[in-house]
Amino acid sequence: MGREPNYLELSLFSVMWSEHCGYKNSRPLLRRFPNEGSRVLQGPGENAGVVEVGDGWALAFKMESHNHPSAVEPYEGAATGVGGIIRDILAMGARPVALLDSLRFGPLDEERNRYLFREVVRGIGGYGNAVGVPTVGGEVEFSAAYSGNPLVNAMCVGLIRVEDLMRSRATGEGNAVVLLGSKTGRDGIHGATFASDELTEESESKRSNVQVGDPFAEKMLIECCLELLKRDLLVSLQDLGAAGITSSASEMAASGGVGIDIEVEKVPRRETGMEPWEVMISESQERMLAVVEPEKVDEALAVAERYGIGGTVVGRVAGHGDLRVIENSEVVGTVSADHLADAPIYEREVVRPAYLDEVQNFDPEEIPQPEDYNEVLLEMLSHPNLRSRRSIYNQYDHQVGTDTVVLPGADAAVMRIKGTKRGFAVTTDGRGRHCFLDPRGGGAATVAEAYRNLSCVGAEPVAVTDCLNFGSPEKPDGYYQLAECIEGMSEACEAFGTPVVSGNVSLFNETDRGPIYPTPTVGMVGVFEDVGRHATPGFKREGDMVVAIGAGTPVSLAGSEYLEIIHGRVLGRPPGPYLDAERETSDLVCRLIRDGIVDTAHDISGGGEVVAVAEMALAGGLGMEYVEGGFGRKVAGQGAGRADVALFGEEPGAFLVTVPWERWAGLQDALGGSVGYDQIGTVGGDSVKIPGYIDVTLSELREAYEQDLFGIPGEVVGGSEAVG
Amino acid sequence: MGGGLVRIGVTVFPGSNCDRDALHAIERMGEEPVELWHAEADLKGVDAVIVPGGFSYGDYLRPGAIARFANVMGPLEDFGREGGPILGVCNGFQVLCEAHLLPGALLQNRHMRFVCDRVRVRVETANTPWTAGFEGGEGLTLPVAHNEGNYFAAGETLARLEDEGRVVFRYLDNPNGSVNDIAGVCNEGRNVVGIMPHPERVSDPALGSDEGLKILRSVMVGAGV
Repeated sequence: MGREPNYLELSLFSVMWSEHCGYKNSRPLLRRFPNEGSRVLQGPGENAGVVEVGDGWALAFKMESHNHPSAVEPYEGAATGVGGIIRDILAMGARPVALLDSLRFGPLDEERNRYLFREVVRGIGGYGNAVGVPTVGGEVEFSAAYSGNPLVNAMCVGLIRVEDLMRSRATGEGNAVVLLGSKTGRDGIHGATFASDELTEESESKRSNVQVGDPFAEKMLIECCLELLKRDLLVSLQDLGAAGITSSASEMAASGGVGIDIEVEKVPRRETGMEPWEVMISESQERMLAVVEPEKVDEALAVAERYGIGGTVVGRVAGHGDLRVIENSEVVGTVSADHLADAPIYEREVVRPAYLDEVQNFDPEEIPQPEDYNEVLLEMLSHPNLRSRRSIYNQYDHQVGTDTVVLPGADAAVMRIKGTKRGFAVTTDGRGRHCFLDPRGGGAATVAEAYRNLSCVGAEPVAVTDCLNFGSPEKPDGYYQLAECIEGMSEACEAFGTPVVSGNVSLFNETDRGPIYPTPTVGMVGVFEDVGRHATPGFKREGDMVVAIGAGTPVSLAGSEYLEIIHGRVLGRPPGPYLDAERETSDLVCRLIRDGIVDTAHDISGGGEVVAVAEMALAGGLGMEYVEGGFGRKVAGQGAGRADVALFGEEPGAFLVTVPWERWAGLQDALGGSVGYDQIGTVGGDSVKIPGYIDVTLSELREAYEQDLFGIPGEVVGGSEAVG
Repeated sequence: MGGGLVRIGVTVFPGSNCDRDALHAIERMGEEPVELWHAEADLKGVDAVIVPGGFSYGDYLRPGAIARFANVMGPLEDFGREGGPILGVCNGFQVLCEAHLLPGALLQNRHMRFVCDRVRVRVETANTPWTAGFEGGEGLTLPVAHNEGNYFAAGETLARLEDEGRVVFRYLDNPNGSVNDIAGVCNEGRNVVGIMPHPERVSDPALGSDEGLKILRSVMVGAGV
């Protein structure tokens, strides 16, 4: 800039060039993601990605991390993560209609991890329930790799008419810049910088860097902004997230090719004595920045007043291309908006880490075969990684809005669009252990898992948002994991035709115990032409035939839940990906549901086939019996003689579906030739029976599976799906 | 009311979040939904009022404690005292208790955590405008979603409620610790009913059930339409 920057200007660069805002380590790698598709209306670069649904409707969606704040102040960290992602969706002009949360914590035998888990879930509920957006899905995993560094990734989906899409681009010299929402305080100053550093013992002292959420203010902000959009009072809209006014104003200016003058003394404050730089980078929550034509300002401010929130003109769009900070008519800082929004890029060398050879060297013959498979099944189902999530999602309002067609607990959330037959499905998935063992394969498998989850509710998968949660990219292992996971995810997104339309990066997830597992999480959205044609995992009718459908991929203990839960090992390179075969099988299952042949489907995932069967039985309140001698074929074939491999081994691209007798012929016709299938048993009774291997009653399964994850003893209630 | 549509008002406080769901359910019944904005002391001549769920005024201080002072509450209280049918759902139930249109209070749930689930309830009396379409003793499955749904009333009040048949809904599996498994009560005049579960959330077969519509429809039976 040709001179020494002053303190205010340095503060602006400090936050804008942090990894959280500037993506300086990840940007070159992110270019690898495919971004284009026939349904994509908005790819990366805006507040959220947008895809077309049909009938003039579109979905805006994005996922974002709030890991570091949640590590030091879990309730507010998680709550403001939810608040922030809702505003990203709102900034596109969409009404937020669904929330999901992808969470990871250390094992629950440590008090600190139990505290983080409990408070993060409370924070998500506390914010989401009050703001009136249903929390309809998500996932939770526990591993020592996340001790002290939990992952809190929140996703929001919003619904909008295609013609009402809003953008954040500032235009029109002389237009007013209006700050909407809460007053500005000192909370969250340098939050973005804090989020881009490793967590140390000192981090605890950075609680003041964590913002405090007010869902009531957010609810009023949502209704106010939607009303402003309905009355066509806005030129553009942007949320205030990391780096506050600085980030919003410079991004709005840079994307519009204009400048913005902020008259900093006009920003309403809740504290006295704030310096201009503090006002500029404060991350006080529940605020939005809008550009309004001068003649519409009065009406816009009147709308804000009706909703009881602040609305103040704090600046103007200018022709000069700079973000200028003005205090009482005196310019106190000037930086080029382009320059600020364009952090430097670090490209690094990709070097394969030594640890990979060590962990991939796995000989299943070293694993002893258990004697009692009933006990193993019960132990697996009671493990926090496989146990019912009911005690979590029962703390979230998942029905407000009356659009939730399939309640939490299924493979994906299914939502309707009122006034149409259409609907959408959404899922979040992550495979940290797999990505640790094989970053490229794990990255691909993460996308494949999301694709499977949408397929087995019957939705056509459309597009992806992601959160890239990694350790330090400044260390060779961390950079390799980041680069390879992105490569694997990109290959899968290409093979599946599901472009990445939005996302976020969270690096430096390390504590003194080391880095987290490399954990890209994927949020995938799919669409229904007729949302009435969907499937759920629960068994529905006595006598239904249970059919396994597979891509013929290998079944393996490598990197499986079984290997970790029962044998305490995290080893091996899980097989795959087999992207083309996996896509073919998934698409087939989706078609079976769409054609009305199948209404019960579940993918074989963590825990293998028998865990999938147990989940279907528990969800439907009906047992299942395998055909006599049938399972022996799998043991001899895919299991290579080992029952534990056949029962608990994991295989990509495999599903279980059920049909009544009268649709069996239809199913066989539809399955055709190229995909393998096997009629493995029949729904009925009150136990899960695999002759020669497993015989456990539903009540024993339920007792293991339905234990409260927060240790509250009590009623094991229900067990059957509330909605079919 | 004659042959026209029944006009059912839905109050909207800052922070209400089931208002749109209630308006949608009324529309599905084929009746006329009327939004009643908190700042206006005007019930717009409606035939019945639903006070919907949500977090009015952020539940700050206490759920319902601030909403009772909103401008719309004056005419609403008069309407209730004059026998007009009012249904408070969830936060609406809390508001009606705070406004002393209904007895008792809703405390924090046993286990101190939010509960969102579907529960079985029994209709204990058909003698209110909101249950007139039922047989007493009929069972229903309704969604609940609340943090403060643990109904409490002091001994004497509770005894009166039970004696006078003013416990309108009772949980068959109590999700929150409510005394006597109470899920809903009515006032002495029986026209004001509070219910913790959400009938408007089960008003559409597309979402798996429309059992809740029967509660909303009852008001037409009760109102003699």
